[in-house]
Amino acid sequence: MFGYQGNILRINLSTGKVGVEKLDEKLAKDYVGGRGLATKIFADEVDALVDALSPANKLIMATGPLSGTPTPTGGRYMVVTKSPLTDTIASSNSGGYWGAELKFAGYDMIIVEGKANKPVYIQIEDDNVEIKDAAHLWGKLVSETTDILEKDAPEKARILTIGPAGEKLSRIAAIMNDRFRAAGRSGVGAVMGSKNLKAIVVRGTKKVPIADPEKLKEVVKDCTKKIRENGVTGEGLPTYGTAVLVNIINENGVFPTNNFQLSQFAEADAISGETLAEKYLTKKDPCYRCPIGCGRYCKTDKVEGGGPEYETIWAFGGDCGVSDMPAVIEANFWCNEYGLDTISTGTTIAAAMELRQRGFIKDHEMDGLSLEFGDAEAVVGWTKKMGMREGLGDKMADGSYRLAESHGIPELSMSVKKQEMPAYDPRGIQGQGLSYATSNRGGCHVRGYLISPEILGLPEKLDRFTLKGKPEWTKIFQDLTAFIDSTGLCLFTSFAMGAEDYGNMVQAATGMEWSAEEVLKAGDRIWNIEKLFNLASGVGPDQDTLPPRLLKEPIGEGPSVGEVTRLDGMLDDYYSLRGWDENGIPTQAKKDELGIE
Amino acid sequence: MDIKVRLFATLREGRSKELMLQLEETPSVEKVLTELEIDERDVAILLINGRDGAIDQILTEGDVVSLFPPVGGG
Ligand code: SF4
Repeated sequence: MFGYQGNILRINLSTGKVGVEKLDEKLAKDYVGGRGLATKIFADEVDALVDALSPANKLIMATGPLSGTPTPTGGRYMVVTKSPLTDTIASSNSGGYWGAELKFAGYDMIIVEGKANKPVYIQIEDDNVEIKDAAHLWGKLVSETTDILEKDAPEKARILTIGPAGEKLSRIAAIMNDRFRAAGRSGVGAVMGSKNLKAIVVRGTKKVPIADPEKLKEVVKDCTKKIRENGVTGEGLPTYGTAVLVNIINENGVFPTNNFQLSQFAEADAISGETLAEKYLTKKDPCYRCPIGCGRYCKTDKVEGGGPEYETIWAFGGDCGVSDMPAVIEANFWCNEYGLDTISTGTTIAAAMELRQRGFIKDHEMDGLSLEFGDAEAVVGWTKKMGMREGLGDKMADGSYRLAESHGIPELSMSVKKQEMPAYDPRGIQGQGLSYATSNRGGCHVRGYLISPEILGLPEKLDRFTLKGKPEWTKIFQDLTAFIDSTGLCLFTSFAMGAEDYGNMVQAATGMEWSAEEVLKAGDRIWNIEKLFNLASGVGPDQDTLPPRLLKEPIGEGPSVGEVTRLDGMLDDYYSLRGWDENGIPTQAKKDELGIE
Repeated sequence: MDIKVRLFATLREGRSKELMLQLEETPSVEKVLTELEIDERDVAILLINGRDGAIDQILTEGDVVSLFPPVGGG
């Protein structure tokens, strides 16, 4: 096979058995790789009703056909498993270098099964795969674990690990790699922890076979040119990172503040990308073969490290009413160390602040900290408590939905399917509201980033307040994203590239035919198998919705005043465009069209 | 009339973040760009009072114009 290594590494931690299987070429053509292929294999092998934290759940790390190739941003991998946060399929993407290294070791994906009877880590050096004792690593922070493993590991090895949050089965725990890169969302770190698996060290020296190297060179040159000449990928992201969004989103009056009680933050400029670049940025920290280089490395008087991203700044900043950038950077630092998802951590603190504001959280639960909106010390303090599951931090470590539900008021959790929404108030961005409500992994912006056309004007500007055309745009964005996530490339390339470009690259690498039309059809197929898994897992269409606040309470101030998300005006059209029935269930005709069961 | 202009990202280089402009009657956004020596092609997102605006839109007293170069993220 070309583009693929053609090998799946299967490791059973219960039995200690390690095996290599051949990748099925037909499956690879239908489901591409990464998110798509791993979901297909996962859904075929695992009962959708499995308890996500039981040994019967499996954990897949999957690269795509472009991972480890000379394509721009080809260093990514996807973690696929059943989410302990949402009970839906989880697919969490991460950059850095680990994904490309796994491919160089000769594998398209790793499937981890069962549960070790004591803490272990996996070491992969090309064909040599060992399950090793991790007693000395258990309980250690991400940087400590990485330092120790780097000393013992083969030279140039890349390290993926969980932190204490994953070990303690926090349902918002991340898997970290290359120190600062996170497969952050949906609690994938807890699944790894539930298997007593602390880390995966990988070193590879093999080449990725390319079907048409000359053609690939040409396509890569063309796409790299597009990336460099595009204002967003060529200048905006390299200069300011994702944090440049703070001011744009805030100026539009859709920057959720104080747990979505407000939609504009008066002090946004203090936590903006411009401020970050001016005062705290020390260097850029790009992923493998990335010409964009949005990654940041920042320093304050107290900490230094990778990040923070826009979503992180918003979660600990605006959503908690905090305008203290060093505190935001420190909270991000502790998330990276404990292995916590920054979006879910910050927004859970915001939800706790509102629970406190409304009298649900009592004085004796405060552990000497405050839960006042705007308190910078609180966001740092509660992040640490969540990482260690201390005091109220124990409950908070399972996310905002379970926290608010324990007080009998789950609607204060600003989440979809129990996963916290990120940094855009969908009341003033109608299409994004539909995208949140229908995302296959719950509240999420990277399953269909409607912010791009509705706010940024890419590839064209849509009126963010109207419903017209939004179901169509949502479907196309969701399908194209599903394909990109399956190639091994970074989603940010899509600011500059379209379906045809991705098809050209995968075709040159694999030798398989990939027209723009087939790209979108594969995305549609992937979207549908995810949906079918969720339905089988009991996450039904009743959960294709938003918190009542966003559907019923109009924005009270600023440029988006008076708006709610008019989901009812879009959902039926969206289901019908998808070829689903009026209850949001894929029809037999649709399944036949896509060749799925 | 007084118009408040807010500049972001690279458009801040060599200019301030926020300024008040005193313009003659019925100025358009284009006039604001000329005053600030900003090339229209460098403006990717243009908001007037937080809503999408157009380059030939006529401004009224107290309007806030926000200008961004091409930027994105996620
Ligand atoms: S654009 Fe950013 S996140 Fe994507 S590959 Fe490049 S540095 Fe990594």
